[in-house]
Amino acid sequence: MRNTKKRDWILTLILIAIVTVFLVYVDKNMHYSMLASVIQKAAIYSLLAVSMNLLNGFTGLFSLGQAGFMLVGAYTYAILTIPMKQRVNVYQYFDGGLLKFTVPVVVGILAAGLVAVIFAWLVGKPCLKLKSDYLAIATLGFAEIIRAIVQWDKLGPITNSSNILKKFPTFHSILWPVVISAFCIFLIILLINSSYGRAFKAIREDEIAAEAMGINLAKTKMQAFLTSAFFAGVGGAMLAMFQSSVQAKSFTSAMTYEILLIVVIGGIGSVTGSVIGSFLYIACSEWWLRFLDDSQTYLHINIPFMRGGFRMVVFSVIIMLIVLFYRQGIMGTKEFSWQGILNAFQRFKREKAGVDNG
Amino acid sequence: MAETILSIQDLKVNYGGIEAVKEISFEVPEASIITLIGSNGAGKSSTLRSIAGLVRPAGGKILFRGDDITHLNSSDIVKKGITLVPEGRKIFPNLSVLENLRIGAYLRNDDISGDLQWVYELFPRLKERSWQAGGTLSGGEQQMLAVGRALMSLPKLIMMDEPSLGLAPIVVKGIFDIIREINNQGVTVLLIEQNANMALKTADFAYVLETGRITMSGSGQELLVNEDVRKAYLGT
Repeated sequence: MRNTKKRDWILTLILIAIVTVFLVYVDKNMHYSMLASVIQKAAIYSLLAVSMNLLNGFTGLFSLGQAGFMLVGAYTYAILTIPMKQRVNVYQYFDGGLLKFTVPVVVGILAAGLVAVIFAWLVGKPCLKLKSDYLAIATLGFAEIIRAIVQWDKLGPITNSSNILKKFPTFHSILWPVVISAFCIFLIILLINSSYGRAFKAIREDEIAAEAMGINLAKTKMQAFLTSAFFAGVGGAMLAMFQSSVQAKSFTSAMTYEILLIVVIGGIGSVTGSVIGSFLYIACSEWWLRFLDDSQTYLHINIPFMRGGFRMVVFSVIIMLIVLFYRQGIMGTKEFSWQGILNAFQRFKREKAGVDNG
Repeated sequence: MAETILSIQDLKVNYGGIEAVKEISFEVPEASIITLIGSNGAGKSSTLRSIAGLVRPAGGKILFRGDDITHLNSSDIVKKGITLVPEGRKIFPNLSVLENLRIGAYLRNDDISGDLQWVYELFPRLKERSWQAGGTLSGGEQQMLAVGRALMSLPKLIMMDEPSLGLAPIVVKGIFDIIREINNQGVTVLLIEQNANMALKTADFAYVLETGRITMSGSGQELLVNEDVRKAYLGT
């Protein structure tokens, strides 16, 4: 038992070292490549997907407010960190805006999470009593409302109304989004494996039994909801940094569905599934399936349906296939483990040996 | 007689506009096995659920060791030492046996390894299947898990809602043996059952519940030979 633990640690450290070397290489030599941009966005989406999975997969609360909390986080970060010198430019229609101070980046990111938590508390107080689909509708409604409120003229001195927010500090290296996301996901994993996490899972499995075991349903659901919102807020802030500009109209419900899709593809109730799902989804949608949007000519024949937007059609078909035939997603509710990989490897070897002998 | 651990006074429970329990009173002495028998809809489950704090009583009082617990919420009630084994077992199907048991000890902050050992000794089957998902266990094993999970909170009083439901007679016998064993170790048991025969044979004292009222009471042996009880619940 102790030996396997030691082995797992060593393997994990080796993996981390390899990934770090790879990231540093990419960062130094192809900072503006598609690969670098996919890595950053996928890392951020990993955190967003894991935070949504915490609620939908681990606690069994079907919430669709993710884009709303991301928007709150992104705006909080942007508003607080735009340098004073730049405010006159950014808030050109609002005399440089209301805020007369700037906070450091770390404070901005933490504030993004905390403000998202405050909004989550306000939404959760009345809404968490609702079950399944009704909760989804209520949280979806919140996301839509917050998007409208942020664009309200009267809030212009703070939110810059429907104008773009920019010039705030962004990532200088592709390592940052990866490191921050990895750290946050690590915290979420610790939470899931603690007694809090067990209470979340108990509620997912059976509310009545959970309550009979002394789990306070309202309190525990709120804990899950606030934690998820915090990391959605942090993720939103990182997305803002990655895009280097923020505009409320981009935080649509389609964004929530995108993340929900990643959760489903990866496996509802699996953290590693969500991470793998994010990298696959982002790589496909930003990179590997891009060619579907351009007109292509094979053997001098121009394929007529390959044009802007066709990528999304293919995507939808893939999603339908997954939902129909592969409902468990990539990982189901399993998590990545070295033992699992070794077992699979041995099984493969044995099967191969079996084929050779037979 | 031993000291009273639980005392129910004029308890009234309404369920969706229907009076499920109409002012019943009964007492549970410490370290005894008490059973409430009665047919479907007599108000047995509602009584247990209101003691456990899962439904709010419409009237009356519930005293646990002299403290009024009528309006406490379920987590405070579990903390005080009353745990319910819910009807239909309601184990957590996708969690391992061990995780199920750990959730039973959710409110405890002390070391649980000794009690885990105790539950595994009571139910060796669970130890063998410790890493298996709860949902893959047989019905009887699931009932063992539900009881073991409740025991992990170290209750003074364990309440069981139809532990024999849907189990084969031989398995039911095993469950009742366990109930007696738990009781021998000092845990008070409040049991409700449709399987009146087994329940009466096991119980020290029994109450008969009919449409929300207690209509009869007596020691298990007395009710077993009672003409009305035999006709209504034992089918002989």
